[in-house]
Formats: sequence, C-alpha cells, structure tokens
Amino acid sequence: MNEEEIKNTIFHLLMNIAPDTEPGQLQPNDNIRQTLAIDSFDYLQFIVAMDKAFGMETPEEDYGKIETLDSLMNYIGEHQHSHG
Amino acid sequence: MKEFRMPSLGADMEAGFLREWKVKPGDYVQRGDIIAEVETQKGIIDIEVFDEGIIGELVIKEDDKVPVGTLMTYIHTSEKEVEKEPELVREESKMTAVQVKEPVKQMREPVTAPVHRIRASPLAKRIAAEKGIDISKVRGSGPEGAVIREDIEKAVQEKVTQPHKEIPPPIAEEIAPPSVSVQSYTENIRMAVAAAMSRSNREIPHYYLQTKVDMTAALTWLTEANRQRSSKDRLLPAVLLLKAVAKALTDVPDLNGWWENGLQRKKDIHIGFVVSLRTGGVIVPAIHHVDEKSPDELMKMLSDIIPRARALKLRSSELADSTITVTSLGEGAVETVYGVIYPPQVALVGFGGITEEPWAENGMVGVRPVMTVTLAADHRATDGNIGNQFLTALKQHLKQPEQL
Amino acid sequence: MNDNGTIITLTYREAIKQAIRDALNRDEKVFLMGEDVGRYGGAFAVSKGLLKEFGPDRIMDVPLSESGFVGAGIGAALGGMRPIVEIMTVNFSLLAFDQIANNAATLLHMSGGQLNVPVVIRMNSGTGRQLAAQHSHSWEPLFAHIPGLKVLSVGTHEDARAMLLTALTDPDPVIIFEYTSMLNIEQEISSEVQPVDIRRAKVRKEGQDISIITYGPGVYKTLEAATELSEAGIDAEVLDLRVLRPLDEKTIMASVAKTHRALIVEEAWQSVSISSEVSARITEKCFYELDAPVQRLCGIEVPMPYPKHLEDASIPQKDQIVAIVKKILQHEGV
Repeated sequence: MNEEEIKNTIFHLLMNIAPDTEPGQLQPNDNIRQTLAIDSFDYLQFIVAMDKAFGMETPEEDYGKIETLDSLMNYIGEHQHSHG
Repeated sequence: MKEFRMPSLGADMEAGFLREWKVKPGDYVQRGDIIAEVETQKGIIDIEVFDEGIIGELVIKEDDKVPVGTLMTYIHTSEKEVEKEPELVREESKMTAVQVKEPVKQMREPVTAPVHRIRASPLAKRIAAEKGIDISKVRGSGPEGAVIREDIEKAVQEKVTQPHKEIPPPIAEEIAPPSVSVQSYTENIRMAVAAAMSRSNREIPHYYLQTKVDMTAALTWLTEANRQRSSKDRLLPAVLLLKAVAKALTDVPDLNGWWENGLQRKKDIHIGFVVSLRTGGVIVPAIHHVDEKSPDELMKMLSDIIPRARALKLRSSELADSTITVTSLGEGAVETVYGVIYPPQVALVGFGGITEEPWAENGMVGVRPVMTVTLAADHRATDGNIGNQFLTALKQHLKQPEQL
Repeated sequence: MNDNGTIITLTYREAIKQAIRDALNRDEKVFLMGEDVGRYGGAFAVSKGLLKEFGPDRIMDVPLSESGFVGAGIGAALGGMRPIVEIMTVNFSLLAFDQIANNAATLLHMSGGQLNVPVVIRMNSGTGRQLAAQHSHSWEPLFAHIPGLKVLSVGTHEDARAMLLTALTDPDPVIIFEYTSMLNIEQEISSEVQPVDIRRAKVRKEGQDISIITYGPGVYKTLEAATELSEAGIDAEVLDLRVLRPLDEKTIMASVAKTHRALIVEEAWQSVSISSEVSARITEKCFYELDAPVQRLCGIEVPMPYPKHLEDASIPQKDQIVAIVKKILQHEGV
C-alpha cells in the first residue's frame, strides 16, 4: 500500500466509525481524536478496524504514538512492512 | 390472551409512529422477538414482546401515531386460549385425528386473518363503499393518518384515469428501508432531553455526594489484562466502572429503582449508559443485568450497543429498562460531574476524568491517578447515609478490580 | 315605525326596546313586568322611557323576589294576559327556577292539555363588563334541558328586533336569552321588521367547507372569524341555532351533510351543554356524512373570573375559532 492508499484507507475507517465527521479536513498534525471528537470507545473500534485492514497488532502502549494523521501514517508504514 | 400495548420508551415519551409491523396475525412469537419498528424522538426503535404466543389482530395501522399505552395487538398466550377463537374451533372440527395429535404444530399455523382496523372518516368509508374503492389501499392524509373524503376522491380519480392498470408504487419507496438520518433527529433528541431534564429538575429533589478514588489498581489491572489481548478484545475503563457500580448496587440496593408512588426497588440491575451524540444530545441505552456479566461480556455488549445507539437503532427494552444511569465525562478536562437524574430513576453516578494528583495514604504522599466519582440521588427515595454507603462500596470495588 | 324598508343603524338594546314597544302597541293584553323596568328604565336601560309612554299598568315594577314575580307572571298568563317577564340576568333566574321548571313547563301536561301558559320570560345571559361570577354565567343549557319550554337565543339585531313578537304568539312558555355583552353593539338592519321563525335555526353565512354552529354572542364572533377564514381560502358556513329547545335538527343536519365537518361554538361551559347535545345529534343522525370528528369550542369550566383578560380568556374568541377551523381543515391533530 502506498501512502495515498494508506491515507484513503484511514479516512474510510474513520468515516465508518464516525459517519458524521469529515476526516478529509484533517491537517497532518491535528490530533485525530480531538479534531473529530472521537471518544475512547470509538477510538478502540478504529484501532480494531485499522489492525485488521493493515494486518497488524497495535499494543495499547503505542496509542500515544499515533495521535496525529502524520504519526499514524508513519506508524502504519513501519508496522505494515515489518508484518509483511 | 394478552394485550400488547405501546410501551413507554422513557419518561419523556408520549407517543411514537408505528413504521412497520414485523409480524402478521397468526405469527408465533417468543419473548424478546421484535414485532414492530416504532419511530420516536430517539430514532426508529425495535419493539420487543415479552410473552410467548400467537399474534392476533393488528389493531394499529402502519404510520399511525400511537400514544403510549394504546392497544397495538393481542398475543394469544396459551393453546387453550387460542382455542377460544371461534375461527380456530371451526378449523379444528375439520381436522383429522392425526392433526389433532399435533396441537403445537397447529398453534404455529395462522389462526385467522383478521382485517386491519382502518382509520377512516365515516364519510370516506361510505364513499369508498359506493365507489368500490378498497379503503385499505388508500393512504390517509387526515388527522393521525385517517382516510378522509379527499383521499377517496383522489383514489376514485386515479381509478377512472387508469382503469385497467394497477398503479405501481414508486420503486425506491418500496424497496428502500426506512432511512434514519441521525441529523434529522437532532432536534427531536434535544427536545426529548429537554423534557426529561426539565421534569427531573422540577420534580426530583437532588442531593449530591462525591468522593475520590485512587485508580492505580484498576488501571494496572486493565493494562495487564489488555496486554494479553488483541485489540479487538481489549477492555475500556468504562467496563470496570459499570461493573463496580453494579456490585455497589448489590450492596446498597436502594439506589437501584424507580420513583413511582414511592420507591420501587428493582431486582435487576440495568445500567443506563450515557452515550453522547456528535450532533448534540445524548442517548441512554440500558446495559442489561450488569451484575451478572463478566468484564469481557460487558465489553461485547458495549461494542454492540454503542454503535446502535449512535445510529439511533435501539430496542425498546434498551430505552425503557434502565434502573440507574452512569455517565462518564472522563475524556476531557472535567473532573467532577453533577448529574441530573433521568426520571423515574432515583440515582445517577458520574465519573470524571482520571488525573494525576498528590495523594496521601498511610502517612505518605505520592502521585496517583485519581478519579472523582459523584452520586446524584433523589432525596425522596434515599438519604445521604445511603448515598454514602453506596459511594464507599463503589470505591472499595474499584480498588479490587480483579474481583469485578 | 317605518315601513319603507330603509336601512337603519341601531344598538341591540334599542332593537329590543322597539320590539317591546311594538308588542305593547299590537296587543293590549301584553305588559312588561320586572325589577326596575319602570321608573329606573331597566337595569340595562332596555325599557327606558316606556313607563312614561305606556303607564304603570303596563310597565310594572316588581319587588326583588324572582320566585314571587315570575309566579305572578305565570298566573297572569293563566288568567289570559300576555306578560313579558324580565329577569335581570340568568344568574338570578335560579331563584325562580322552581316556578319555571315545575309550574310554567308542566301545567299543560298536568292539566291534560287544558292550561296553556303563554308567558314570555326574557333574561340577560353571559358576560357583561367585568360583572364577575355571580352576574356573568351562561345557563342556557339548564333551561334547554326542560321539556315544556321553548328556549330562544337572540344572536343578532334582526332577532332582537322581532323575536319577541313571534314568541308572544306562542301559546306556551318561551324563554328568551338576550346578551349583556351585545347591548351596545350597533348594526344596520332593515327598518322593515321581518317576522322571525322561532322553530328554525338560521344560516347566517353560507359556506362549503365546515359548519360552525353557534348561538348568542357566538354569532357575530363566528361571522368575523368566517370573514377572516375566507381570506385564507376557507369557506365556512355559520349556523345560528337561535332555538336551543327544541333543536332544529333539520337545518343542522342539512348544513353538516353539505360541509361534512362541524365545529360548535358556545360561551356556556362545555360539559352537558348545548354543544354536547348538538354534537350527539350530529353523530346520531349524520354519522356517515362526517369527514372529521365534531369539535367544540366552549367556555372554560371555571366560575367567570373578574379580571378583564381572564374574562376574555374564559369564553371563545374569534382568533380561537379561526385557529381551530384551520386545524380541522388542515388535518392537524386538534
């Protein structure tokens, strides 16, 4: 998956979790949860969906590393590679 | 035979629109089956039955506005009663001996096909009869969906202009499921919340108590538990909070109930969990039997119910059954929640955010993750002493997460 | 009296006075009796000047004893006279209720048809100007309940001018309700007096969409409402019941059969009222003509309040009539 595909997949997943938001408006350094008003429950749903979509397993202690769109994409880029 | 009446789906509900019957006369239903979809201020709600039996006449027509308590249909609850129906007696007299030996199977057959009670003005009915119009196929535009003269005259007109063709309904309308746009309910939900909260502040003399809980043990336990789980099985702190409330209610049952001509304690613990909608307003679905569920089971229930609550797609029991409310505002900067009780309940437990604070214990000061828990309770039902016992028990349970 | 049929403007009060004067001129057996009707000119100045014109034998002041003077009026009627008995307001008529209900209404029946009681009893009803509960009630329904009485309601100036004359030709007791609130209202009527049929309700305005059935002060209010409704494209028919007992079913049913909807407007309390009866009869006789439930707009069920705004709020007003008709016709829940 290239960067654009990853981004689109993330947007798609966010839209599924929070249909009444517009992830497309996210700036690279916006805090995703705060900007889209996603609570812990929805966030967990997002992580579950994300793990499935990218074939990875995000441990709880890494939640702090994926707070913005930029950092999330980096994280996915790295872990997607390492998990094949 | 039991009468099935429009259930109240919350203190603020006066009526709902019957959007769809999910059963027809003669259908066999069991407890928990969904028999209808009703549109309320809080979206389209699946209406469940609580009896086993056979559906009788559908008294209410689809799209009718149905006040709470209105007879909707009958449920023939036992074989014996079904036999009282004259139609069935006639059927039985025609039965062969073999058929008689299988009464249960017979019971599952349609009993009779009663005619819908049609809401129409006397004049409309008369003209329909005169002009040979099937009034059940005419859409009413009158009060509460009643068919009036104008509707029949339109039908007559259509019959005259297209004498040999049945007019096909617009395809999209027929196939598309009733679409629920969350936005379209925003205003309604606001009004529903306004009505319930106004009533609460008008009628309920609230008293408020609060305490602080050291969450070290709970968070440590949660981190450990989640470490062994894949993301889809992970637990959220809310599960521990709900479970601790349920246990504390088992210890102090006076806060689990309704105020209806005095305190009605409830045996079952159904916790209404406040779900905020991004578009504004809150929906409070009941999490059933929290005391009997493990944290994992509770997490599964939340995963099922919260998205449905957000999509305004709940079941009737989930809107009507709550015996106490829990609200957690822990995601922002809020530390303390002073809640407004949802009538007719008698208590609301509020959880603030977890913040690091200096904490003195055993003569030592340390920094701990601390959460403020508040109780808003109905002073007609209980006094501060009961509230104190409850918060003390709740605090105790949160300190022993492994036992939750 | 003019006979050339020109249009004249006069008050409701003046119309009643002219009717009384006509009656006194036409038949020497007719006389007026009541509290303060003579020297004072009537509590509401209806008979002002008549004492001078006709003398004390025909304009008779009586003691403040409703039971006594109504009984005397009934006696005079039995004796061959044609008395017009004025009771100041319906509120005080309850003191004479025994005479009316137990004597006037029953004697023809109890005498096997031998004793007619041709008495006409006039009384004011409804609100005045802040006269409070004991002087403002609308008790037409009490009288309309009693077999043996004819009960009339004067809802227009034409009826004020002529209804009394027809009533005096009736061989049996007639109760006429006049309305304090209407006494000062001016209207144009023909100077030529048209006889009033006291067996028939009267369509005051023809219409196709809804029948608004009313009487007394409701008539002008409803006509005003109908004018406003016509601006909204609603063609309301206004039916003045005029006879509250016996009800003119034929005219009521004809109107409802035409419009298929009915609203009944009355100032009296709703429970067990004229509107209750009219509504019931429509449902009994006209059910299959109805395209909407019969609706009622009646007095609020409280003793009439003293403050002006509460008095106004206690009885149906034009705006409410307009609003409820729009609701019925626009198919909203009422």
